[in-house]
Amino acid sequence: MMPAGLGSATGCRRHRESAAEYVRDLGGMTMDTVEIEGKLQTEEMLLNMGPQHPSTHGVLRLLLRMDGEIVHDVIPYIGYLHRCKEKIGENVTYQQFTPYTDRLDYLASMNMNLGYVLGVEKLLGLEVPERAQYIRVIMAELNRIASHLVAWGTFGLDMGAFTPFMYGFREREKIMDIFERTCGARLTYNYIRIGGVSRDLPEGMVKQISEFLDYFDPRIPEYHDLLSYNKIFVERTANVGILPLDTAIAYGVTGPCLRASGLKWDLRKDEPYGIYDRFDFDIPVGKGEMGTVGDAWDRYMVRIIEMQQSARIVRQALEGLPEGPITGKVPKMIKGPKDKELYIRTEAPKGEIGFYIVSDGGKTPARLKIRSPSFSNLSVLPVIAKGGMVADMVAIVASLDIVLGEIDR
Amino acid sequence: MTPDEIYGRLRSTDMDAVPPDDVEKLSADDASELTLKVAAESFGKVAAYLAKDDHLGFDSLMCLSGMDLGEELQVVYHLFSIKHKHKVTLKVNVPKDSPKVPSVEGIWSTAGWHEREAFDLFGIEFEGHSDLRRILMPEDWVGHPLRKDYQAPKEYRGIPVLPREEPE
Repeated sequence: MMPAGLGSATGCRRHRESAAEYVRDLGGMTMDTVEIEGKLQTEEMLLNMGPQHPSTHGVLRLLLRMDGEIVHDVIPYIGYLHRCKEKIGENVTYQQFTPYTDRLDYLASMNMNLGYVLGVEKLLGLEVPERAQYIRVIMAELNRIASHLVAWGTFGLDMGAFTPFMYGFREREKIMDIFERTCGARLTYNYIRIGGVSRDLPEGMVKQISEFLDYFDPRIPEYHDLLSYNKIFVERTANVGILPLDTAIAYGVTGPCLRASGLKWDLRKDEPYGIYDRFDFDIPVGKGEMGTVGDAWDRYMVRIIEMQQSARIVRQALEGLPEGPITGKVPKMIKGPKDKELYIRTEAPKGEIGFYIVSDGGKTPARLKIRSPSFSNLSVLPVIAKGGMVADMVAIVASLDIVLGEIDR
Repeated sequence: MTPDEIYGRLRSTDMDAVPPDDVEKLSADDASELTLKVAAESFGKVAAYLAKDDHLGFDSLMCLSGMDLGEELQVVYHLFSIKHKHKVTLKVNVPKDSPKVPSVEGIWSTAGWHEREAFDLFGIEFEGHSDLRRILMPEDWVGHPLRKDYQAPKEYRGIPVLPREEPE
């Protein structure tokens, strides 16, 4: 039972002179009053979690208002990584902005590239060759696996299990190798370009990717043994940070976090972009297997199943991969159409990445707004973390799987 | 619902006496998505109606963007209905010297942070917002960087903020 006034975001720190006052403030609760000698410290404690803290996954500062171990309020402070992406977008040409999208969600640069590039192509009405479409799907889905592997590994790390982290990075390394051989970079690829992709798959790449998939599929049961059904892990995550569906929708939560709350919603299926309508895959939703629908464990599980489904998509794309050119006809200097705008959203590993591109006919966009998934996903944190223990905070932040690069832009 | 049906539905009701001129259709008749320009005074009522009406059911605010049009500032709302799978875009123009738009935080909670961002970067004031303060820039930053006429300061707390010299 939370006393009135404590829950409000603007409420200031209250000082109480005595334990009796504290009991009164708890309102309605009956307690035996014990006389204590001297002055007892009973006021709420303000605790800064971050900006330098391993479990905040980047430079995020959470100001916790705590009563002992109970978190009464969480106030996230963001912006430490703000690099004026939207302002830069207004000052560089359409092609020049693709490398900047790499640095939004740097764990899933391919998906960031894809979202932006699809928007520009739609704005200009460009055609993309079949082969490039397939390569894009392969790369985007591999990157989704890589991103979820980091989410999986760090989730374990935050819960005190170090081994999953090493396992996750072992698998991710193989994906990094694939990307490195394909485009030369391991983190910021700038691979998916307006009109196609920057270069063709190198020789033997199809074989390398299928070998990776053959290696990866049997790893999932291993993950379940190691972490998913581990007693301690389940205790720490089940029934923690429960996110009800209506709250999730109201706060604009998307991606695995939304699906974990029970809504079968995936843009790849519901609003197919590119060639996603050609593939057969399932959308996992949270079932409350270990606790309640929408708890931290559900969000964890949705990501694991999504990795399996992404592997399925990559297999199908490898099978259907046609020969042909990898870039369509793209003007050397892109001039946007006069007074045209569009909002495009695609399914990135963290959720829906949206680009609102406004063109006034110039060489640069008149406005480029980036709607990032982690931004909205993090905004729900104060709601779901309230009333929990401080240790649960770590589990909840880990389960939301945020990347500060796209929150701060 | 098709764009025409959404527009028709909005027009057929009186929406707590919103003057008809306050809602203007911007998109072409054959456009696949509806874009409306709404006067700032009526925006609160229109937004509430879009969210609450059973046939419209816009339960999701996909994106909220600020815009600098030169003379005026603009807020663009991209709405989506998960239930009915249709979209609408709303635009609200406000004068630069008093950019006041009613907050929709009470209708779509996600607007809370998005409005803070538009306030931070464009200086648009959202009336009725519970906690309107800067979100991406430092609290003591002066000016709103995404405005077209924004001049970056020479330094911030002793740290030089030098805009790169463009070679002519």
